[in-house]
Amino acid sequence: MSRWVSIIAAAAFAVAAPAFAQSPKPHSYNIGTQATPEQIAGWDIDVRPDGQGLPPGKGSVRDGEKVYLERCAACHGEFGESAGRWPQLAQGKGSLATHDPVKTVGSYFPYVASFFDYIRRAMPFGDAQSLSNDELYAVTAFILNLNDIVDDKFVLSKETWSQVKMPNEGGFYDDDRKTAEKAFWNPNPCMKDCRPPVKITGHASVIDVTPDDKSIRKGGVE
Amino acid sequence: MNPSDTPTRPSRRSFLAGAAGLAAAGAAGAARADNANLPPNVATWSKTLGDGVGVRPYGHPSSFEKDVIRRDVQWLTASRESSVSFTPLHDLDGIITPNGLCFERHHGGITEINPHDYRLMLHGLVDKPLIFTLEDLKRLPRVSRVYFLECAANSGMEWRGAQLNGCQYTHGMIHCVMYTGVPLKLLLEQAGLKPNAKWLHVEGGDSSGMNRSLPLSKALDDCLIAYRQNGEMLRPEQGYPVRLVVPGWEGNIWIKWLRRIEVGDQPWYTREETSKYTDLLENGKARKFTFEMDAKSVITSPSPQAPVKKKGFLVISGLAWSGRGKVTRVDVSLDGGRNWRTATIDGPVFDKSCVRFYAETEWNGQELLLQSRAMDETGYVQPTKDDLRKIRGVNSIYHNNGIQTWAVKPNGEVENVEVG
Repeated sequence: MSRWVSIIAAAAFAVAAPAFAQSPKPHSYNIGTQATPEQIAGWDIDVRPDGQGLPPGKGSVRDGEKVYLERCAACHGEFGESAGRWPQLAQGKGSLATHDPVKTVGSYFPYVASFFDYIRRAMPFGDAQSLSNDELYAVTAFILNLNDIVDDKFVLSKETWSQVKMPNEGGFYDDDRKTAEKAFWNPNPCMKDCRPPVKITGHASVIDVTPDDKSIRKGGVE
Repeated sequence: MNPSDTPTRPSRRSFLAGAAGLAAAGAAGAARADNANLPPNVATWSKTLGDGVGVRPYGHPSSFEKDVIRRDVQWLTASRESSVSFTPLHDLDGIITPNGLCFERHHGGITEINPHDYRLMLHGLVDKPLIFTLEDLKRLPRVSRVYFLECAANSGMEWRGAQLNGCQYTHGMIHCVMYTGVPLKLLLEQAGLKPNAKWLHVEGGDSSGMNRSLPLSKALDDCLIAYRQNGEMLRPEQGYPVRLVVPGWEGNIWIKWLRRIEVGDQPWYTREETSKYTDLLENGKARKFTFEMDAKSVITSPSPQAPVKKKGFLVISGLAWSGRGKVTRVDVSLDGGRNWRTATIDGPVFDKSCVRFYAETEWNGQELLLQSRAMDETGYVQPTKDDLRKIRGVNSIYHNNGIQTWAVKPNGEVENVEVG
């Protein structure tokens, strides 16, 4: 290659390289197999608040009570009050602004989808994805009823889905840390005499709930 | 030890302190050393053959390091399958967490997936829905990046005051490793996005079917579909064979055992991002989609599980990180935040990664109130716990990045305390 040709080639590359980097057309590697509708249907279990993804079927509060008592009550309690340390599903209304907020379907969840979708994919614990669609609608209806959101005669389905309004739907807003916590951005934090002399106001050893493992308490100065 | 240093109070167990504790520690120390192995004697290991190659085909730490392990707090959760273990930060140095010590958080136990049976489905608002095998993913172009992964609930048990003695428990829901995998952007390009695509639904294949909504802008920015960490394949407890990596964002969205990505036009409001990973404020309203992890730091040594052993020269060591970019500075205070000095950041400083910092001092038995304060490249300064509580109250559970205080006592013990 003559010197001129190589210089021209280098110049051409210099122009071409950034153009390639900004190319809007993504590179196809021809790797991966097209998913069939049947394959997608088998795995696509998510449900959105607007009802997208809801399966066919329906369930009444009454039918849901039976499913609930058989499959759910051992952990969540007969009335959604919880057994042991498992999540509480009912009550808790008016507690969110107190020292002991109780987050339940009735007090905290903004949408039916938020727990319908969860029950569908993860419950009963240890036997996931075992409920039929009718059982799923029914047990969801029953939990809504436990929280006084629907009456005893309610039947949940794709058609009645949008009738359910959750009490705390308006209880959330988007992350506002960049404005509400603007004071935490400070290019020159204090380095000297930043506060009056400091006192210890709380000790972990007062409540000391640290796991009791002798190997982790190695003592002080030898 | 002066009794006034240890206020009398009801305690579930007695803290290892005072003359009895020190005597026990001294005796244990003496029992560990065998004079026959010390100079001028020739140690036994200098005279006998050790294990040959192949005896340890994968390898494991020295048997003398058997206490360097993940630990958990059994009273925290209802079951062992939906629980968390903690990284032993006090026993580590540098910025990389060994794979076997990365904290775990599972919601349906550790799923073991045969890599031949593994599939990743990508569908929704795309031109061509696709299924990838693990081998498909490994054939695609890959990148390797160092990122921290912090659970949003890390330090969540400390909102109402000092509770746990040990940075393993107060700050151990974090690890930092090098991930290798396919940029998520590249994968989405293979399927082709529809113009109305705005959010992704990402879902795990374990029995919790963990699912979160991920904004498309983040997916196209720096997310990875990772199959390796620190060179080796992911460990089962970290999502083998494939997990999602969402740099700088709360750990819950880093879906393990990733099986499906659905492209949509709005978020899904899953159980995790409504009832769980929302930050409840004092007025009863909650912040949603608080994805980014604020700048944070902790002194890992000295700390309650790593007390000061000798008087004299002392290296203070710790970790700092920010979900918004690079850590630019870490300050250390010996007097509870009254006066600060800038620590040395040692080793590499990567985007949304941990950094290691050191500060040196002389310690001669004086009481110290140790704190560290991280700053990141956006100018964010790690706040005090009180400043954080003024804005967020104490019900948030998540995103507690307040400055930690360790009290070093005259006998070298270290306690988790609050100062005011």
